[in-house]
Amino acid sequence: MNVKLPVLATITTALFAAAIGLIFFYAPTDADQGLSQRIFYFHVPIALTAYAAFGWGAWKALLLLRKRTENADLESYVAIHQGVIFGSLTLVTGSIWAKISWGVWWAWSDDQLVLFLVLFLFYCAYFMLRYSVDPGPARANMCAVYALFGVVLIPVSFLAIRLSRSFIHPVVFTSNGPQMTGSQFFTFCVSLLAMLSLFAMLYQLELAGKRLDARLRELKELLA
Amino acid sequence: MVTAHNLSKRFGAKRVFERVEVELGQGDVLLVTGPNGSGKTTLLRVLAGLAAPTGGELERPHRGAIGYLGHEPLVYRELTPLENLALFGRLYHVAEDRERIGMLLERFGLWHVRHERVAAFSRGMQQRLGLCRLLLHQPTFVLLDEPFNALDRDGAALLDRTLAELAERTLVVATHDPGRVEHLATQQLAFA
Amino acid sequence: MTYFSDVAALARKDLLLELRAKETLPAMLLFVLSSLTIFHFALPHGSGRLASLGVLWVALVFTALLGLTRAFVPEREQGLMDALVLAPCDRSAIWVAKTVAVLAFLGVAEIVALPAFAAFFSGVDGRMVGAVALADLGICAVGTLTGAMAVAGRARELILPLLFLPLVIPVVVGGVGASIGAGGKYLGFLALYDAIFGLLAWASFEYVVAET
Repeated sequence: MNVKLPVLATITTALFAAAIGLIFFYAPTDADQGLSQRIFYFHVPIALTAYAAFGWGAWKALLLLRKRTENADLESYVAIHQGVIFGSLTLVTGSIWAKISWGVWWAWSDDQLVLFLVLFLFYCAYFMLRYSVDPGPARANMCAVYALFGVVLIPVSFLAIRLSRSFIHPVVFTSNGPQMTGSQFFTFCVSLLAMLSLFAMLYQLELAGKRLDARLRELKELLA
Repeated sequence: MVTAHNLSKRFGAKRVFERVEVELGQGDVLLVTGPNGSGKTTLLRVLAGLAAPTGGELERPHRGAIGYLGHEPLVYRELTPLENLALFGRLYHVAEDRERIGMLLERFGLWHVRHERVAAFSRGMQQRLGLCRLLLHQPTFVLLDEPFNALDRDGAALLDRTLAELAERTLVVATHDPGRVEHLATQQLAFA
Repeated sequence: MTYFSDVAALARKDLLLELRAKETLPAMLLFVLSSLTIFHFALPHGSGRLASLGVLWVALVFTALLGLTRAFVPEREQGLMDALVLAPCDRSAIWVAKTVAVLAFLGVAEIVALPAFAAFFSGVDGRMVGAVALADLGICAVGTLTGAMAVAGRARELILPLLFLPLVIPVVVGGVGASIGAGGKYLGFLALYDAIFGLLAWASFEYVVAET
């Protein structure tokens, strides 16, 4: 992820323009759910991007613990921060979809939605931990360990929620491959790419901001 | 035995110390002086391995050979001196620890209170027990942070003798009042 | 072998401290009985066995939380974690010992809580006891690790529930599932949870307490 920020921003804008065009003018209207089904092209890519962000954060956490990579703590934090933003958007879009499809804002029967609630609680606690400990190697270690617990919690919670549910959520991917037509799948892929690229851009942007902030503080300290 | 090269420690943007060079062998006594808040404690914690340095290289003996006494005596308040030392004797795998514990308690004037809870001790007695804990596993690299804190005259005299013995190993002492240790020091590091 | 003698020495220390202070265990016992009593009044008449089973698991998780809040208090008060971290034993032994101690307290609390539940609400069968035992392992393993994190910060008692509860949601699912008699797959799930998180906590504890 060493692409320059303006390049990333351009790519993201282009991908988003393409994705929105495809979603509203190219993808066929769902026979069952009608126009509202198109929120699927936002909801699912946002959710997958959130997973990617949490995964990236955990990967950086592992690098910190194993290899003592410099900056890994900050990178892990920024990735998780973005993950929580995308995770919140998943909750919001999922809730809207649930309202339109099933007439309720919240459905405990929706595995993905419940999982994101659990993850939302978990990663909010990550921030609480981070802000309650003074900055330094001890905090970096602790946050990294907690971030690793997060990626392990995702599949374990998913299994737990599957075990605990009654089931009305539409399954899009099955073992036979995606139950989508070619045009739907293409639209979905472009939308997913757009979200991932948005994540990459926001990640770089926040990271640049945080580094600038740290530099500024150092300069202030030197001058003081 | 202990070498630090270009050692630095920062808390966030705040620099605690920078470019510290230390090279100690057997028989070396390093005296770290400076006012409160100048970074003495942090340096000792970094040398002991309790805190990670922000930059630089550090070589030190393995954990079992290090003895560290900080501002707290690092003993359990609800346990007795015997129980405390037995626990640390076990953790440091000290052979014949019963004899050694008895000898240390005797020497630091704690034998008569060996079955009493540490919580009831005065600060000076706790410091004596902290010294027993420190010496229990016969460390070869000893770090003492303001060791004369809270000690009465007898206690200070005991520590003087102990320091003279420890000077044959590798010793680092941090203090804001170097008078009592200066004659032992082979090296000095002054923090401002 | 030294690993086990290190664990034994450390766990013995924790049990001795509790024996002397007599704080954590009585508090846990009283808490679990109080919560079961509260739940009797919280559940409207005719709520049935299923609701009471759910309530039992809530009581158990929060009782464990109470014990975990106290787990690292002796180490926190006098900076004693420094002394343990400096000792040449494997740092994971500190975690194992603390987990064993918390497990012992929780086990004693449950020896009282389960018969009380049977008397107040409804019967307890073998599968439930098995589920409780398996859940205890996971709860204490994860709880001890998050407990060590919580005492390092400023918020301490406040932050432990936040760190701990999202992690034990799967335990509650497995425990309730096994209690309502839905088959061995829930017990299997609890065992899987214990294995995964136990291993992860064991391997990562060192990083939580030590910088180097």
